[in-house]
Amino acid sequence: MFEFVFPNDLNVTWSVMIVLYPYITGLVAGAFIVSSLYHLFGQEALKPVARFSLASAFVFLIFAPLPLLIHLGHPERAFNIMITPNFQSAMAGFGYIYTAYLIVVAIEVWLVVREDLIARARGTGPIALLCRAALLFNVRSTEATRAADHRAAKFLAGLGIPMACLLHGYVGFLFGSLKANPWWSTPLMLIIFIFSAIVSGISILVFHYMTISRINGWKLDRPCVRTMGKFLWGFMIIAVSLELLEVMSVAYKQTEEWEIIGKLIGDKLFWSYIVLQYLVFSLIPFFLLAANALFKLRLKVSNTVVFIAASMLLVQVILMRWNVIIGGQMLSKSGRGFTSYVPGIFEKEGLITAAIIFTAPFLILYLFHRVVPLFPVEAMQKKTA
Amino acid sequence: MTAPDEKKPTAPDRREFLARCGQVALGGLFVIKCTPALADLVASDGADDIPEWAYAVDTTKCIGCGACMRACRAENNVPESQFRTWVERYEIRGDHAVRIDIASDENNATFLSNATPAAEAKDGRVKAFFVPKLCNHCETSVCVQVCPVGATFRTKDGVVLVDPEHCVGCGYCVQACPYSTRFINKETHTADKCTLCYHRITKGLLPACVQSCPVGARIFGNVKDPDSEISRVLRERRYTLLKPELGTNPRCYYIGLDMEVV
Ligand code: SF4
Ligand code: SF4
Repeated sequence: MFEFVFPNDLNVTWSVMIVLYPYITGLVAGAFIVSSLYHLFGQEALKPVARFSLASAFVFLIFAPLPLLIHLGHPERAFNIMITPNFQSAMAGFGYIYTAYLIVVAIEVWLVVREDLIARARGTGPIALLCRAALLFNVRSTEATRAADHRAAKFLAGLGIPMACLLHGYVGFLFGSLKANPWWSTPLMLIIFIFSAIVSGISILVFHYMTISRINGWKLDRPCVRTMGKFLWGFMIIAVSLELLEVMSVAYKQTEEWEIIGKLIGDKLFWSYIVLQYLVFSLIPFFLLAANALFKLRLKVSNTVVFIAASMLLVQVILMRWNVIIGGQMLSKSGRGFTSYVPGIFEKEGLITAAIIFTAPFLILYLFHRVVPLFPVEAMQKKTA
Repeated sequence: MTAPDEKKPTAPDRREFLARCGQVALGGLFVIKCTPALADLVASDGADDIPEWAYAVDTTKCIGCGACMRACRAENNVPESQFRTWVERYEIRGDHAVRIDIASDENNATFLSNATPAAEAKDGRVKAFFVPKLCNHCETSVCVQVCPVGATFRTKDGVVLVDPEHCVGCGYCVQACPYSTRFINKETHTADKCTLCYHRITKGLLPACVQSCPVGARIFGNVKDPDSEISRVLRERRYTLLKPELGTNPRCYYIGLDMEVV
């Protein structure tokens, strides 16, 4: 009964690259929201990671279109999407939304690091020259300029939130609006994507900040980690509940679609969806983060707890992307069968390419840090034994 | 921007300059957006001469020989294991167990090996029939809607086509088509699907599949012409559409379809 696949459905069209793309934009949106929590909503505890999160958002944003370009059959025609857009298509907005958001984030980063650039620009040598160029050769810094920069940065932080949601929510909408695919077609998809983005964004910051501190032997900022852990807990509850509610409503309604979706979840995606995404990588972080938020744990314990939870949630979100995007294509539109997909390792859209694209932003962040520190001085104090 | 300014202001007014930039940009957008519309207007002159193509599949006649699949593959250089058209074989037992596979087109015998084992009818009674599939050239086609660059379009005579020079190969249309009639061509890396042999029908020939069908299960023609075979068939026979609930309004009509057909 369940074994007929339309012949063109045997090949999966959207590959690992299309799993990576929403993962990366999710990190962008999430990291940006963390930076805005500080810059806009006065979450002082997040000060140590405020600039770091903004820079992370920026750097990941630069790399976000790369998987898309690699995936396109004709990347040299990519700009057609802006030259001859078909505005009936949700995808046509990508070029504009992306560019506008990139500009907003770039200017905000620039405003936030201006003071440090000015300090670097005073010296001599190529880096100083570069910094002067980056400052458009305006190295004036007074009380008034600083205040103006601050105001402008705050404004952009505010503007950036709806844009971040738009950039990422629109990816969810892109899937959610495809009526041909019962696993995708739900208006909830958009909201699910936004919340899972925030979860992945906070997680990557926790993971990265704690790893860097560890490597450099810095003293971890305890309130900062605990606050991030609390936010992570809150956002993950919303994200996972929404994901669950969506499936539960389809299951309860028992429509025609459930017959095939039930099979998809219970059989084809049993391991990656039920066992890994929910039972392992959602449930365990939930309890860990609950412990962090509700109990007064010993410093070391609570740090470890948040670190493990964040690392696991990073995996949870990539599993979620995989289960949505690849899972949706395993389901044939015949509604009567499944195809399978195993990503290649060395091929153009394979795992090695994915790993390179995913590692590159970290290297750029490192270079960034060499020019302008990503963390405030307080956060970079060595641990005194 | 080019008109000489009579007043010749001594210093360029920045506000005016920006306003003009805005006007030029808007004008540019207008041109971009209007070009296809203008082309449409020109094309719709004398709209009555333009045919309205439609397609019908008589599933009561198809014998599953696969001649259409081979003809299509040869006519349109369709790469191996990709399909502009295919023929499904249904076997339905007395207890409603269904077995479906694809009639072999010889170049692609792979599908038979994917088939489930033959349904065992205890009483030996099996209802069996064939259903040819192809792009439905939907009137409200999802593929046209979702193409971000406008490479997929519907012609005035009712055929949904892809411009291979403009398609970026994003695959969004492949995901959007509810009938899985689209694929990203392995050789050209652009979206591909049935064109109703547009290069033939515009010269008065039949699509290759229709031409090659030995039993007349595939019917094609101009529905504006009351004497055409398609008009007659649609007038006289009872037909249905594939997945009508999705609102795509297919222009491919199926005669004698069983409810098990997807
Ligand atoms: S059948 Fe699919 S490809 Fe053909 S017009 Fe309809 S939606 Fe488009
Ligand atoms: S693959 Fe080509 S025709 Fe299909 S949506 Fe993308 S650009 Fe348009």
